[in-house]
Amino acid sequence: MNQPVVEFQRVFKSYFRGEQEIPVLKDFCLSVPQGQFLAIMGPSGSGKTTILNLVAGLDRPTQGTIHAAGIAVSQQGEADLARWRARHIGFVFQFYNLIPVLTAAENVELPLLLSKLARRERFKHVQAALGLVGLSDRIHHYPRQLSGGQEQRVGIARAIVSDPTILLADEPTGNLDRSAAQAIMALLTRLHQELNKTILMVTHDPQAADYAQEILHFDKGKVD
Amino acid sequence: MTLGTLIVRNLRRHTFRVTLTAFGIATVILAFNLIVTTVRAWYAGVEASVPNRLISRHAASLSIHLPLAYRDRIATLDGVTGVTYANWFGGVYRDAKGFFPQFAVEPASFLDLHAELSVTEEERQAFLSDRRGCVIGHRLAALYGWKVGDVIALKGTIYPGDWEFVVRGVYRGADAATDETWMLLRWDYMNERRQQIDPDRAGTVGWYVIRIADPSLAGSVSRSVDAEFANSTAETRTETEQAFQAGFVAMSGAIIGALKLLAIVLNGVTLLVLANTLVMAVRERTKELAVLRTLGFRPRHLTALVTGEALLIAGLGSALGIAITIPATYIFGALVAAKLGNFFQHLTLYSSTLLLSASVTLCIAVCAAAFPIMTILRDKIAEGLRHAG
Repeated sequence: MNQPVVEFQRVFKSYFRGEQEIPVLKDFCLSVPQGQFLAIMGPSGSGKTTILNLVAGLDRPTQGTIHAAGIAVSQQGEADLARWRARHIGFVFQFYNLIPVLTAAENVELPLLLSKLARRERFKHVQAALGLVGLSDRIHHYPRQLSGGQEQRVGIARAIVSDPTILLADEPTGNLDRSAAQAIMALLTRLHQELNKTILMVTHDPQAADYAQEILHFDKGKVD
Repeated sequence: MTLGTLIVRNLRRHTFRVTLTAFGIATVILAFNLIVTTVRAWYAGVEASVPNRLISRHAASLSIHLPLAYRDRIATLDGVTGVTYANWFGGVYRDAKGFFPQFAVEPASFLDLHAELSVTEEERQAFLSDRRGCVIGHRLAALYGWKVGDVIALKGTIYPGDWEFVVRGVYRGADAATDETWMLLRWDYMNERRQQIDPDRAGTVGWYVIRIADPSLAGSVSRSVDAEFANSTAETRTETEQAFQAGFVAMSGAIIGALKLLAIVLNGVTLLVLANTLVMAVRERTKELAVLRTLGFRPRHLTALVTGEALLIAGLGSALGIAITIPATYIFGALVAAKLGNFFQHLTLYSSTLLLSASVTLCIAVCAAAFPIMTILRDKIAEGLRHAG
């Protein structure tokens, strides 16, 4: 049995709207072993994205402990978390979130700017990542010159270029048509199977979730 | 790609806004440089003063003269290596705008003590041998097109009547700080006419210029001179030439103070203009900045991005402002000369002024960047990712 690479121990998370407390996670526990492809499903506002944000240290739990890729995420400082994220976390967004003034290659190169790699080395990594997502012929295209599916593939290339321990995907197909969504899910499956990536994917699309090894149904702060 | 690439690309998103901001900064730099140049022109006399020269004048007022007999007594005091004297002549050329400094001097000793006024030996001898002779500064000669041999007709204001002087020499300053707009005429010629029109003041001088052996003796020699004439009918007040010049500048203290305040206000405008542009740019990119933080960009990277952007805009504005300032100073100088005549002899744009304006602007850019940087670092990443902008 693989050691868990992500572990939530009795995690509570609430948001506050003025004085009003809005609980999102209630005594939430989760253990994701290395190399698993987990889909988290649930309706809008159920707290799916909050789970990913907590794993990546983008948000902090109200109570409880979260371990991911070897550290207690919930107990790290901002600068340490940033360094850790650069090394261990790849994030795929629903709306791609590419930088519009940078080309596909430059967008993919962004995480590598934080490494000590020389320019030439960085470019090799960028070419490899874009090759893996099938966009070798689009490296000098700007996001506005790409289709939605292609933009998401650039987003995935950016997420994997630094070979992170965990890949977090927040509704990766949520903004794509059916065929583009299938292509993206096939790509994620390939990354999981060929590179043994641990993937946590949030989705409300059952067809996308079917690509995962395991599906977690989540509603009102708890696992169904 | 580097962070610099991202900074430049970000600036190119809104070229019109960046251009307007840069022009705004350039305008402020132009105004700042003109103000500093004007203030420095006021202080030109102070900057040009020589440390081993003292000025001794009447203790009550510069308008009250001292006896000529003081010269020999001052010359015998310890630490004094030379003495000369001068009077303010105060004539006008053609009309009131034709004003320039005119000093009635004892020619040989005055030129000896003012080595920074460079004349040829031939011109010096010509001045010494002609009681109606005068020596004028190079800039003054250029302003009116005067040359050696020309006759300058002045209308006396302090010493009424029509006066004519023959140009016997044109001096050049030893350095840029030396005033080249003086006219030196002979005290003995002026005194001769004064005996007829103002006999009470004949044989008196406006002030003494005292050369001392060492600048460190300024205090002791000043006290010796003043002690020498204490309790007399014409007590003296002796100070360094720099302090004497600074006293004149102090008379315009309110105007200079206002100009300095204006310069500070202008820098405040730069701060606001730049901060506004940066805040807008950062607000528009809230989500992108959150994405960068998600990728692992640390606070120092984001600080570098925003500060780099601020410095680049400020740098563009500074370069533009400096480029405009150079011709504008000449135009400004011509306009001032047309309105005020020769009031500012040294409306000179120094490279140190340009450097000061650019440095201040770049420092302001760093301060302006602080506002959006604080906002970015205060915001939570998860909230930034939800930002709709």
